[in-house]
Amino acid sequence: MSAQHIAARRPGFMERERLQGFLDVFRLLGYRTLGPVVEEETIQWREVDTIDALPTGVHARQGAGEYHLEVQSDNRLFAWNHGPQAIKPLLFSAEETLWHERLMADGQVDIKQTLPEVKPTAIFGVRACDLAALALQDRHFLSQQNPDPHYRIRREALFLIGVDCAFSAATCFCTSTGDGPSLGEGFDIGMAELDDGYLAWGGSAKGGEIIDGLSLEPATEAQLNSMIQETDRAAAQQHRFLPGETELKQLYDKLNHGHWDEVGERCLSCGNCTAVCPTCFCYSTGYQRTLDGRSAEMKRQWDSCFSQTHSSMGQFMLRRETALRYRQWLTHKLAGWQEQFGRSGCVGCGRCITWCPVGIDLTQAVAALLDGGLADV
Amino acid sequence: MFDPHLPHSAVIDRRVQESPGIFSLRLQYVDTHVQDIFEFQPGQFNMLSLFGVGEVPISIVSDPDDSHFFDHTIRVAGRVTEALSRLQPDDRVGIRGPFGRGWPMAQAEGQDVVVVTGGLGCAPLVSVIRYLLRRRDRFGDIHILQGVKHEDDLIWRRQYETWSREHGVNVQLAADMPGKAWPWQQGLVTELINTLDLNLEKTISMLCGPELMMLAAIAQLRDMGLSDQQIWLSMERNMQCGFGQCGCCQVGPKFVCKDGPVFCYSEVADFLGAKGF
Amino acid sequence: MNRTKPKLAIHKFSSCDGCQLALLNLGESLLELPKYVDITHFAEAGPNNPNAKVDIALVEGSISTPDDIERIKQVRENSAYLIAIGACATTGGLQALANLADRDAWMAAVYARSDTIETLSSSTAISEHVKVDLELHGCPVNSQQVTAALADLLVGVKPVSERQPLCMECKRKGVVCTMVTKGEPCMGPVTRTGCGALCPSLGRACYSCYGPAETVNDGALAQRLQSLGLTTEAVARRFLFITSGAPPFRDAGLRLRPPPLETDE
Repeated sequence: MSAQHIAARRPGFMERERLQGFLDVFRLLGYRTLGPVVEEETIQWREVDTIDALPTGVHARQGAGEYHLEVQSDNRLFAWNHGPQAIKPLLFSAEETLWHERLMADGQVDIKQTLPEVKPTAIFGVRACDLAALALQDRHFLSQQNPDPHYRIRREALFLIGVDCAFSAATCFCTSTGDGPSLGEGFDIGMAELDDGYLAWGGSAKGGEIIDGLSLEPATEAQLNSMIQETDRAAAQQHRFLPGETELKQLYDKLNHGHWDEVGERCLSCGNCTAVCPTCFCYSTGYQRTLDGRSAEMKRQWDSCFSQTHSSMGQFMLRRETALRYRQWLTHKLAGWQEQFGRSGCVGCGRCITWCPVGIDLTQAVAALLDGGLADV
Repeated sequence: MFDPHLPHSAVIDRRVQESPGIFSLRLQYVDTHVQDIFEFQPGQFNMLSLFGVGEVPISIVSDPDDSHFFDHTIRVAGRVTEALSRLQPDDRVGIRGPFGRGWPMAQAEGQDVVVVTGGLGCAPLVSVIRYLLRRRDRFGDIHILQGVKHEDDLIWRRQYETWSREHGVNVQLAADMPGKAWPWQQGLVTELINTLDLNLEKTISMLCGPELMMLAAIAQLRDMGLSDQQIWLSMERNMQCGFGQCGCCQVGPKFVCKDGPVFCYSEVADFLGAKGF
Repeated sequence: MNRTKPKLAIHKFSSCDGCQLALLNLGESLLELPKYVDITHFAEAGPNNPNAKVDIALVEGSISTPDDIERIKQVRENSAYLIAIGACATTGGLQALANLADRDAWMAAVYARSDTIETLSSSTAISEHVKVDLELHGCPVNSQQVTAALADLLVGVKPVSERQPLCMECKRKGVVCTMVTKGEPCMGPVTRTGCGALCPSLGRACYSCYGPAETVNDGALAQRLQSLGLTTEAVARRFLFITSGAPPFRDAGLRLRPPPLETDE
């Protein structure tokens, strides 16, 4: 964490006992409050009214194709690094109706917009990588030309309370993408968890107002040092990494590399990596019609470049081989995004490694593909 | 709130069967205000949805100045286009659009225009041909080169014959498998390109058709001295949204629906013809 | 004006009747169905007219007796559009396991007298005998998929069939991966979706009652299942189960363990 970074935070100190009151502020302001909750042996975003619902001492041990929660003796509430999903499903819904149609008696078709109804929602414990991914999804779904109203309505209802990561999973590599483990930007309130409480600071105007209202004592020098040590520890725990963006661009020069076929042999083409990736945005659409044939809904649902239909036009499929699908995903994510969105599409969360049923590791794939110079092989 | 997902209802004014598997629909928005503000460029496309069946991207073939209607020519290729083919005048479809970047008509002004089409992929360029002929004095010579596999695949045959009688228009057709009464060439469309005497200073070429055909045509045109900036082409990919959101149509870093479907060759040279893109 | 309603028949071949039961369990939509179709034959529910000419036939069960062969030809002749429903009709079903076994030995083990049993040497999918217009998978079939297909046919549109792997459905529904969190030997990555992620949503591994998905990398999955502690034999049995007659699964299973299947298990 840079000195500039810390200076900009100017955090106040919140005793552990005040956390419930802090949560209550949002409820009083009319927010639905989501936080990390242990469910199905993972960390999930669920509605929380009381801090007792938060996972005390719960750490997430992650590896290639492995996710296990462990309870340790510390009293940390944000020791887990992350769960199976970032914020993506809360904004870019996995399945939703885009419009509704009704066939009228006179042959006219009545087309109705269907927009989501949302409550203002505050999310506690958002990670730095999640925020970096959110910024990318914002750039995609809130493009100037055609902002997505469904996404926008949900996005505008969000209040984000980020928390620095104090521990990394073995699959994390956000230090190499520059997206963590300390919070960068994009949150309304930032927090760091210390042994005896929290440092908190405003990240937006509305976040700043709430922090001001709490009248926190400014953090001491020792507390600021602890805050740095926490994220330093998380950073030191990371052993995977991605090369810089300039090198990643060279993936497009490696289209004929033999490693694609090696990965293609192992890849199940199941699409799990794309579904858990916090920046993947592909979807497909299709109608659902009632049996009476009078009304229908146009639905969109998450799709994946690992599905056959994704690259199909009629009977013709561009990417029949799994190796080509994996190549499409990796080159697009790491190189194509740079041209489209000004940066790589990977924020270093490592979910694609954890949730791959056979544990394919994109950092290993990139190392194999870029190893041995940058010329085509 | 403007919603790019939301279609407007349009009514079929006219239906023409162009060939056994190809038909054209003339459409008008039901809401006259929507029709009034509807503007497009040749080469752009609409998303056509059929109630409860599905939605497909189809290029617009009518002239942008015909503001009271718009035409689509559709080839039966799947369940949606098949269902669309059964529609009759007064039936309704949903329309979203227009989407994408069209042909560089402004850049083409004052230039000779070489239009190369292959197979059944001529619809996106028919709009260009009609556009050029309607504004004849703004363009130089027009070369229309069309290749088909079988002579029956040629639609708008009479139209080609009409076009060939226009001043300064050179129409050449080639069929891989011509019948006895085929008055044009036998062979590939690339062989037709070879016969052209191009003025390299003032020529623009526009291609549409199967990618292998376009690649061969591009190689030929470059051999003859055209620069990459003088070669434009229209691409086709799986499109679910039409405005660069669903991600299905991407070719390398390009969204075909938004950055294209018309590209300058230099923009897609790295990926055109590369397996898996 | 009231147009004639299309006629629908539901036929049963070698099967447990579970798919017909799934249709009976449709509830309200089952009561709504007669508004749009004329159900001429559905023995399990009442109407019994197996030889009527119909617009749409739903066929449950596999072909496993000489009589089945004759009947399915008749059904095909009588039906404008034929939909095979369920694992038996689409892959030969559980009973296709006998295709890989010493059939005579099994017969002797099960029946006191096997000379009264008239059976073919294999149990096979409907599509191996007659042209099938649509296959809807599952054991049992998902009745919502059946009504969706009927809804399409009623307006003259070709129905679509799901082919993506179950993993996609789990992720869309927010179901946590049982393989990654609990080491469950899940067949989801190679299994066709359509069930609504029923087993994984209850924390259980998918056992592939919907059969092969569009892409089946059996080698990679088998390796993973073995690393979770399954024996080669146990992995083979996960492929050779309800949809063992589906070629990708049959081949996968046989690569892992050659036939015949023993009778003592």
